[in-house]
Amino acid sequence: MRAIGVIAFNTFRENLRDKILYSLLLFAGLLIGLSVMLADLTITEHHKMIADMGLGAINLIGVIIAIFVGISLVNKEIERRTVYTIMARPISRASFILGKYAGLSLTLLVNVMIMTAVFLVTVWFYHMPLTLSLFQAVQLILVELLVVTAIALLFSTFSSSTLSAILTLGFYVIGHLTADLKGLAGKSGSETAKAVTNSFYYAFPNLEMLNIKGQAAMGIPVGFDYLMLASLYGLIYAALLITGACLVFDRRDF
Amino acid sequence: MNDIVIDKLSKAYPSGWPGRPSFVALSELSLTVGRGEIFGFLGPNGAGKTTTLKILMGLARPTSGTAMLLGKPLGDVETRRRIGFLPESPYFYDYLTGEEFLGFYGELAGLNRSDASQRVTTLLDLVGLAEARSRQLRKFSKGMLQRIGLAQALIHDPELVILDEPMTGLDPVGRKHVRDLILNLRDRGKTVFFSTHILPDVEMICDRVGIVMKGRLVASGRVEDLMEQEHTKSVEILSHDLNANDSCVIRSHAVRILERGRQCLIVLPNAESVDETVAEIRRLGGRLVSVTPHKGSLEDLFFQEAGPTADTPANLITGSMS
Repeated sequence: MRAIGVIAFNTFRENLRDKILYSLLLFAGLLIGLSVMLADLTITEHHKMIADMGLGAINLIGVIIAIFVGISLVNKEIERRTVYTIMARPISRASFILGKYAGLSLTLLVNVMIMTAVFLVTVWFYHMPLTLSLFQAVQLILVELLVVTAIALLFSTFSSSTLSAILTLGFYVIGHLTADLKGLAGKSGSETAKAVTNSFYYAFPNLEMLNIKGQAAMGIPVGFDYLMLASLYGLIYAALLITGACLVFDRRDF
Repeated sequence: MNDIVIDKLSKAYPSGWPGRPSFVALSELSLTVGRGEIFGFLGPNGAGKTTTLKILMGLARPTSGTAMLLGKPLGDVETRRRIGFLPESPYFYDYLTGEEFLGFYGELAGLNRSDASQRVTTLLDLVGLAEARSRQLRKFSKGMLQRIGLAQALIHDPELVILDEPMTGLDPVGRKHVRDLILNLRDRGKTVFFSTHILPDVEMICDRVGIVMKGRLVASGRVEDLMEQEHTKSVEILSHDLNANDSCVIRSHAVRILERGRQCLIVLPNAESVDETVAEIRRLGGRLVSVTPHKGSLEDLFFQEAGPTADTPANLITGSMS
């Protein structure tokens, strides 16, 4: 357990010393600023616009970090052979994977917290109501980021960074479309289409379940049950992916 | 008591294509390393040294065979608490400072923060990097990286130290520093197993060596013993007041006869004809001054084991070192 903490802290430290993260934070600030500018241009619903753009920016920046840092989490350690000296220590391979995951998750948590703080200042500045729905949306964004990080981590254990990026992006996009595809196939009446979309629906994460930004922007909260169920779904999915990553990594030769 | 026992270790890497044979990196390699020994694992690049070390450290799985480290089977995570490892041409987290780097490895080895901090100071002094304590590793020279790598291998004061090419990339001063460090470890009762292709280092500090070629162990034993066994390269007999060229016996045995004034130097190809030659010198009334056998060097043994058909190990570093 201690080894996981040591690796997680080192991964977090590496991320903090990586200038890309700082520039992404700046980018988030710019996006939120843009939302404010757009809000000034619209006569109605400018509150919704600010909330929408703010939450969208937090989500987008988080996903970019999760994918592009996540895909190199393990792969980079193998390519640069830093894994040799780590694995020579009295730690299990699973501890290494869990530590790397925890480190990036901590980075994402800190980043989302900072971006949320900037977003809330913007909300306060425009005298918008601080609704529960905004916090709920941020919570589910975090859960989605944990899932996306786990996807990237899994691919990072056995493929190159480029392939991992493509696969993770593919998972992310399909994850947001599976529910729609299933609905469409249901209407088409084709058994083949139903079978394909059903398999997609169950194999890929239903990330749309974690997307409540639209209604949060309008100030409509989701029920506590939904929030917990969606969070639990995301966390279980992430746990399964991490288990897969541990199993793959455990069988690898370096 | 052996700290390392390797029994018929083999490793084959699949070609990745059906029908194509696997690449055999290691073939039934067996050896032992006793407690407190310095064991040199010799071989040209691609001979299987790194593969062996990777298997020992659990970085790769053997295709067949077994090995024990400190009395425990491979893969025992807790045993690694007692082992230090430096990989070949290591790359480290270059965003860390020397102090953070060693602290990180100390904590990974199970040291608590205060113990790790104490050991960091000791190790930085030991490898001569005390002044680079707060410098990021990306600003280290290659020699400094090699030294900090050695320090991370020793941060937890391990009983067994496994080093993959620890002298590579070091200048003569750096090499001497590493040699001294290895000898110091042996003096403190530690076992050191290191791979290298730099022969003079091995001759200087190793108790025993193993020579690996194309995945097979072709020779193993004490350095002196290996060089004793039929490796007397030549024998030089120095005598005075002798006209050796007049003797058919001496001329038939010698590969070279040099006469300078009163001195006569007879070079024999091996030790077999020494007695006969000495008797002949005495019979001719010459005065025997000295008989000097010249043993083959480890380098000769190495090339002999490589065989005439073997690729010339161009990467092998021979010759005298400072």
